[in-house]
Amino acid sequence: MTVDPATLAAILAMAAATWLTRIAGFLIGGRLVLRGRAKAAFDAIPPAVLVAVIAPSALATGWPETAAAAVTVVAATRLPLLATVAVGVAAVVALRALAG
Amino acid sequence: MSRTLVLEREATGATAAEGLRDILPAMIACIPIGLLFGALSVGKGLSVLEAGLMSILVFAGGAQFAALELWTWPVPVLALAFSTLLINARHVLMGASLAPKFGEFSLFQRLLGASVLTDEAWALAERCALRRQLTPAYWFAVAATLPPLWVGCTFLGAWLGSFLGEPRALGADFAFTALFIGLVAGLWRGRDTAITVIVSAVTSALAYVWLGPPWHVAAGAFAGIAAAWCAAPPERSSP
Repeated sequence: MTVDPATLAAILAMAAATWLTRIAGFLIGGRLVLRGRAKAAFDAIPPAVLVAVIAPSALATGWPETAAAAVTVVAATRLPLLATVAVGVAAVVALRALAG
Repeated sequence: MSRTLVLEREATGATAAEGLRDILPAMIACIPIGLLFGALSVGKGLSVLEAGLMSILVFAGGAQFAALELWTWPVPVLALAFSTLLINARHVLMGASLAPKFGEFSLFQRLLGASVLTDEAWALAERCALRRQLTPAYWFAVAATLPPLWVGCTFLGAWLGSFLGEPRALGADFAFTALFIGLVAGLWRGRDTAITVIVSAVTSALAYVWLGPPWHVAAGAFAGIAAAWCAAPPERSSP
């Protein structure tokens, strides 16, 4: 049960960044109204960041990972979140075994 | 008789009991995700205490999973903070939309209430505010029940995860990728999301190969956001 100083620094920085986003909207209040392109860009932030984080693991690791990602995409269109994760993990284990 | 009762109920604000009833499905969904976060943290090399500390202080699932995926030694503190800031930027819009509906809240309740803002609590509060006065009792029932559950499940998952062994053999390293694909599917808004996702994925993979981590996150994210900006119809300034 130890806490590494660099890990603690990262956690504190993440906590500060998150708290800032939680409090900022309440400070701005009703003055922030986004329309048109600004709204589209803001709405795009969560999917853009999530995809950017996983793209190397899905596309630049090997064919088993890329194929498993494709299977997961299909699963995600019809299954709840946890079932999607289970299908993806099972697919990568099977495909890696196949790849040897 | 029953009609008067209904009218009376509608006139009063939403109660804590109603809030608890509304948040229950999200609480059930939170349990396995929290366990998974704890187990994957330990698989990445974080201690049980560090995993729990992150859930206590950050308390934002998407950003925490993204941080684990980006985690390396030495710890890229700035890259982690930046990715967290981007993923949680949506809170700003949620808070701005909720602020006028917090009329009955004291300053302290606003500050504390904003600190436990989540996607789930926001969605329920907005739905409640369509019909009733949003009360502190309702808000804290939907918003403040998730943090202790998330933290508890993180600790339990981290403790259990320390018995699991090598995460790669179980395909656990791929759980992030699968989880994020599932999360993006939940955010899907049709053509606009498709453009964002494709541009972000290709840019991030290329940046990863050419520049290396952690640049792929910023490159992919900004390319995806820029693509959404370009694809959206420009706002008409004159009638």
